[in-house]
Amino acid sequence: MVKIHDKKFVSADAEKCVGCQICEYMCSWTKEKAFNPIKSRIRVVRVNQLANMAVTCRRCEDPPCVAACPRDALKQSEDSGTILVDDDKCNGCGWCIEACDYGAVMLHFESKIVYICDLCKDEEGGPQCIKWCPEEALSLVTSDILAQKARISAVRKLFQDQKMHREK
Amino acid sequence: MYGYAGKVLYIDLNTGKTWVEPLNQEYAKKYVGGIGLGMRLWLDNSKAGVDPLSPDNPLVLSIGPISGTVFPTAGNGHSFVAKSPATFGIGEAVAHGTFGSELKRAGYDAVIFKGSSEKPVYLWLDDDSVQLMDASHLLGKSPSETEDIIKQDLGDYYVRVAAIGLAGEKLSRIACIINEKTRAAGRTGMGAVMGSKNLKAIAVRGTNDIRVAKPTEFIEMVKEFHERMKGPAAQKYRTLGTSENILVHNALQCMPTRNYNNAHFENAKKVSGEYLNEKFVVKIIGCSSCAMRCEHEVVVPEGPYKGTLTRMEYETLWAMGPYCGIDELDAIVKGMELCNYYGIDAISAGVVVAFAMDCYENGLLSTKDFDGLEANFGNSEALIQILEKIGTRTGIGNILAEGVRIAAQKIGKGAEKLAQHIKGLEVTGYDLRCLKTAALGFAVSFRGADHNRHGAYAFDVKGKVDRLKAEKGRGKLVRDMEDIYALIDSLIVCKFSRGTYYKGLVDMATLYTLVTGIEMTAEELKKSGERINTVARLINIREGLGRKDDTLPWKVLNLPIPDDGPVKGAYVTLDELNLLLDDYYQSRGWNSNGIPTKMKLEELNMNALLKIVEEKLEV
Repeated sequence: MVKIHDKKFVSADAEKCVGCQICEYMCSWTKEKAFNPIKSRIRVVRVNQLANMAVTCRRCEDPPCVAACPRDALKQSEDSGTILVDDDKCNGCGWCIEACDYGAVMLHFESKIVYICDLCKDEEGGPQCIKWCPEEALSLVTSDILAQKARISAVRKLFQDQKMHREK
Repeated sequence: MYGYAGKVLYIDLNTGKTWVEPLNQEYAKKYVGGIGLGMRLWLDNSKAGVDPLSPDNPLVLSIGPISGTVFPTAGNGHSFVAKSPATFGIGEAVAHGTFGSELKRAGYDAVIFKGSSEKPVYLWLDDDSVQLMDASHLLGKSPSETEDIIKQDLGDYYVRVAAIGLAGEKLSRIACIINEKTRAAGRTGMGAVMGSKNLKAIAVRGTNDIRVAKPTEFIEMVKEFHERMKGPAAQKYRTLGTSENILVHNALQCMPTRNYNNAHFENAKKVSGEYLNEKFVVKIIGCSSCAMRCEHEVVVPEGPYKGTLTRMEYETLWAMGPYCGIDELDAIVKGMELCNYYGIDAISAGVVVAFAMDCYENGLLSTKDFDGLEANFGNSEALIQILEKIGTRTGIGNILAEGVRIAAQKIGKGAEKLAQHIKGLEVTGYDLRCLKTAALGFAVSFRGADHNRHGAYAFDVKGKVDRLKAEKGRGKLVRDMEDIYALIDSLIVCKFSRGTYYKGLVDMATLYTLVTGIEMTAEELKKSGERINTVARLINIREGLGRKDDTLPWKVLNLPIPDDGPVKGAYVTLDELNLLLDDYYQSRGWNSNGIPTKMKLEELNMNALLKIVEEKLEV
């Protein structure tokens, strides 16, 4: 039975993200001992100067990447929600890449096997992107925490608005 | 090899031939990278007296050894070097963003463009694949539009693009090269050099790994600098940004106003950084690998220019605001957007517009010259219209697009006195009449009037010296700052991060060693800084510049500050200028004509370049 605090993923606060790519550099450094954004498990998108956001695996319920794989190379860990890639089965066909709505699955252009954020499961300090983000824009969340945050900020805003109305 | 990619790419635009040569290791260590390496490579690839807008003026794009790493602010810069069509001496301009790091991952330390293409082209660097692509469909497009179209054409969102706008195509001497919408290699007309080569843009995609020589210590240093960047050294850039200077300079009465007719602006509050942040700034973003982020994105909230989006900094705000006597922030922001649209250096553009307004108020240009426009100081509509004319080179804009020096020659009637430039490059937002250390720094700057070659204004503005006094000792202050600034632009790190190098050159040398594995000391690095300034000087001497060009704008030398207050009456006399120059040359080990001596060149291991000055030294 999955508890509400178990299934975590990295989420970026679009208000705080400045598009600096430090998460990309530190992810590729952690995983591949090289600075190279294309090898990062988290990618930054700057649609224009005002729209910056880092995107990575959101550990979907019933993940489409897993469903799409014709070779059963992907499966989702039941407790953590991590997408696990079986290196022997993956042949780099890319159906999982197409299936993912977030572009969180990528094909490693050297090993020819797909790779996905695993929350730095082998690192003592947890996800390195979060640790290094200078803007504190990244955080480890669950869907419940995201809902809580949205709720709280909506209510805060409502009360701020009321306060402003009173002051008028 | 660490740090350096080890390769220099040559592109002959005459023939379309491209080839790669190994990076000269001696140059790498002696000239570091960025503008230092770029200038040294330019020297090897050019002949004396070359016309800046001819195919024989190579355009060098170079990056530094730290590029592509995660070191905060250091991973992302790039520089352009060529003979300047504005100064006819060495030109260089640095920009940040993500373009430089992409170029490093593509595997090059420098790209040298020679010749000129018959048809408009753009360069497409896809790792080690090099292609010249047809750019006829990009002509007339802004750098931003060009970037979007190229990404679409190539079908790759992560392609990084540096491009010129219409002004560069039309060879305006104040044209710049813009990457990622708002980042400009602004000064000295590099956009015109690119335009003269029929080269519309450079598109890069690089996927190579970047590693460093000493990873564990390097990461520790990155961590330390992340902390420093949260501290006081970067606070200004993280909060109000450089626009904070408006009220600071205004209070000190060192903000040139209305083309140097005043030293402070009575309506400064309406264009202050504080007001800009309160009403216009919607987001602050960062360049690749930056841990401080400074780029203030502004959006006009209401009125005729509602929705205009651009980046805003002090210099450009000053140039199109107080310097033109304009106190309407929305029009200034619109002006900035137009500069980015046409690809013109917004500092020079503002100074050119103010010059035109001064000519108008003094009767040297008439309403007819402006196609019916009343081009008085403070007329924001005139600012917008004149910028449009400059960008498209129509009407009076055709002359103004040449920059103030050449425009003044064409207008005649004594317009030279109103042209505030040094060596043909337009002034920036520091009133040199009451900032005499800065005045020296500006006078000797190898790229012409500029604060970014030395930062010597800091001594004056912060009260570390008597800013109204010209005295011995200022030469050394300027020299030391020049050496550090040259290194900043060669490593390349961001000038805004300079305060986080608590130990200055010691920190920079450590960074260099950790990345490249090449042992470097602060003393050696300092020597490189001196060498970079010296090679720039040698180039300028080769191109015919000398002591006579180390001078100040006419008003700085002739028009005392009229504003009531602590600096009333201040200006720089010729005697003061000469005293400052002598002191500076002496501290540099140059002779009284400003020519580096044989002894100095030998000390800097620059014997190979002695031939440039040998004859002049004998005289």
